[in-house]
Amino acid sequence: MPPDDLIVTSGLGHRYGAGTEQEVTALEGVDLRIAQGEFVAVIGPNGSGKSTLARHLNALLLPTEGRVTVNGLDTRDPDHHWSIRQTVGMVFQNPDNQIVATVVEEDVAFGPENLAVPPEEIRRRVDEALALVRMQDYARHAPHLLSGGQKQRVAIAGALAMRPACLVLDEATAMLDPRGRREVLQTVRRLNRDEGLTVVLITHFMEEAALADRVVVLDRGHLVMDGRPEEVFSEVDFLEGIGLGVPQIVGVRRLLEEAGHPIPPSVLTLEAMVDFLCP
Amino acid sequence: MSIETVDLTHVYMPGTERAVVAVDRVSLRIDDGETVGIMGPTGSGKSTLIQHFNGLLRPTSGRVLIDGEDLWPREKDGPRTADLHKVRRKVGLIFQFPEHQLFEESVYDDIAFGPRNLGLPEEEVRRRVTVALRMVGVPEDEAEALGRRSPFSLSGGQMRRVAIAGVLAMRPATLVLDEPTAGLDPRGRLELLETLSRLHRRWGLTLVVVSHNMEDLAALVDRVIILDQGRLILDGPTREVFRDPESLRRLGLDAPPVVALMHALAARGAQVDVSRLSPREAAEEIDQWIRAGRPRRAGSGREGDAGLVHV
Amino acid sequence: MSMFRDITIGQYLSGSSVVHRLDPRTKITIVGVFMVVLFAATDAAAYATLTAFTVLAVHLARVPARMLLRGLRPVLILLVLTFTLQLFLTPGRTMFTLGPLVASWEGLRMGLFMVARLLLLLVMASLLTLTTSPVSLTDGLESILAPFRVVGLPAHELAMMMTIALRFIPTLMEEADKIMKAQMARGADFESRSLSRRIRSLVPLLVPLFVSAFRRADELATAMEARCYRGGRHRTRLNRLRATALDAAAAALTGFMAAVVIGLRWWPG
Repeated sequence: MPPDDLIVTSGLGHRYGAGTEQEVTALEGVDLRIAQGEFVAVIGPNGSGKSTLARHLNALLLPTEGRVTVNGLDTRDPDHHWSIRQTVGMVFQNPDNQIVATVVEEDVAFGPENLAVPPEEIRRRVDEALALVRMQDYARHAPHLLSGGQKQRVAIAGALAMRPACLVLDEATAMLDPRGRREVLQTVRRLNRDEGLTVVLITHFMEEAALADRVVVLDRGHLVMDGRPEEVFSEVDFLEGIGLGVPQIVGVRRLLEEAGHPIPPSVLTLEAMVDFLCP
Repeated sequence: MSIETVDLTHVYMPGTERAVVAVDRVSLRIDDGETVGIMGPTGSGKSTLIQHFNGLLRPTSGRVLIDGEDLWPREKDGPRTADLHKVRRKVGLIFQFPEHQLFEESVYDDIAFGPRNLGLPEEEVRRRVTVALRMVGVPEDEAEALGRRSPFSLSGGQMRRVAIAGVLAMRPATLVLDEPTAGLDPRGRLELLETLSRLHRRWGLTLVVVSHNMEDLAALVDRVIILDQGRLILDGPTREVFRDPESLRRLGLDAPPVVALMHALAARGAQVDVSRLSPREAAEEIDQWIRAGRPRRAGSGREGDAGLVHV
Repeated sequence: MSMFRDITIGQYLSGSSVVHRLDPRTKITIVGVFMVVLFAATDAAAYATLTAFTVLAVHLARVPARMLLRGLRPVLILLVLTFTLQLFLTPGRTMFTLGPLVASWEGLRMGLFMVARLLLLLVMASLLTLTTSPVSLTDGLESILAPFRVVGLPAHELAMMMTIALRFIPTLMEEADKIMKAQMARGADFESRSLSRRIRSLVPLLVPLFVSAFRRADELATAMEARCYRGGRHRTRLNRLRATALDAAAAALTGFMAAVVIGLRWWPG
């Protein structure tokens, strides 16, 4: 295995309630390699297995078929769980349901406290993590009075304080307003670019997926597409067929192409479209 | 029916050091058959404002008139509660994530909760449940089976429909929705938008939609009201309001990508009509512009990029 | 933004007074000792000592008296009731009669002492929560209870439960308010006079609230697991509790007060 593959899933399958009448196959035969430093978006309609996949990346769920390795460690071995969860930090959908403490800095300290990091070192990590998400001025605030975007940034800081190599955002922007979404996306993009943090962004906003280096598409538990955003979003009919859309700008591009104006597939974002049409 | 507010002000915890003016002297009028969007940054008073439309909140000062009738006449005791019950029936309010308020063992009973509170005979209750399900897009032959299921066994999108049906069963003339598409996936969102738009077109409901999502509003409403810090700062036709994405962005609101695109092109001097709301309209406009030889205003350059929305 | 915002549960008033700076373990112990001593007090001199101690504590904490008094309002009825019951039910020399009821001088004395006891208790307890942040309060409790782990008391788990409860009270209050309004929009009546209807009307409020609380608990547990939580063992803390000279002084003062009160009780004469 090449050393730069941080997370590898091979033949990953997951059945809920295996052996019972309500058996549901959530994932089947998923092969995925995520390299150190990548920014990968995972999209798929509701019920496609996105969250199930996310929870396999830090051993919150274990494969019922195939296997997942993080830094070469197999998630099925319980001895590795804490090391894996420290390596792959996770931010969940509901900002209210992942903050444990009644003060922001106490919450950020929660992870390192569990890892038995010495107090002076926790203090350093908390300050550093809050600075990275630009929340240092809120260190002594009560979390329930923050905005949704701010809460999610605190949650990101809580993961960063464990010094992870990878951050998985499980629909972490779904419940936020546009400003909150922008805050969170800017934060993870910056962390990816400047700190070399690997990011796995699970989302149902196509505009967000267009910002990633790579887009993975799930449908009914299967990995059906995996490629650069321009490759994935050129398959408009396919994506619409499985209940997804394309970013509005891609929609405009397609209509323009139908009207006889060829546009390169790399034009996915507003900026790129404006530069192309009106350089 | 009409909803009117006159100098409506709402202060939380008045007279204490923690007093917050959530709504500040708002006067507006929503007429029968309109589709109105309410936008504004988080904390701008949108949710507080709409809770006055059906008498859930009492104004600190100012008036709320439903069909011209004052909800809170100035006498000391206020109106009898019967009046408020009537208003709550006429103005159906649907909060964000309405699926969180489901509680009955079956979908049928949950939707029947409202009509039963009205004391209607079971036969009429049954009719209302069936019609309400049809209104949210559940065909009559599926209504029976769906009605027997537990609401907690449904998918997120289905639960939301059932919750909306629960309010529709009260037979409101106006439906007020707070962020109706929040948290839905693209298909769920499109289906719900289609359902809401049909409620207006086919069933004649007045729609008031609170949303951050301008794409949703562009698809759904003819008129947009913008609140900021409790004040009404803009009220006009959707196209007019979206004409100025820069001032919207200052309020932390994102223009739909298509609107932002047209403005960014115009900012670079392209002679395009910026009041395009959908991808199709935009593509047609750009197509014509390309065919016309990409005319640009003289002296314009790239400095106009302020109109771009950076994610 | 809800009707529940007027309610203040264990409200904390941030500040940097001497009392605020005390170690939470010291404060919890002082309030404990104070409560015990309070029940040993039987005469006016003892109550005067305890009152002086309380006034001094309030003064040092720089908590506005207005705020403390506001906190006492809800128990006013209880105080009046206690006083009245004591006044009329304690046998002794007759002060005055009211129909069949006889008020006694002994009753007056007992009533006044009971009211003073309740008032002092409430003021000291509010002072504890007003000057100690929820976090340090739980830290203090955990630390005080830690020795009892040997007899199987889950000190860390209890403290963690308390922290989470404190964290989620405002969230669930807001949620309750929202659900209540949503059901009112469907014609639910939460203001009915009849008790049985009123209890039944709580079902549409409580079921969604419980469903939501369980969902939140489930998600929170997953989030905690994702952050490597595995119980109290092998855990370190960001902030360690540290007792200072100030704590020693406070303890000495409390000891003196306790000695005076107990001395007054058992000192002959």
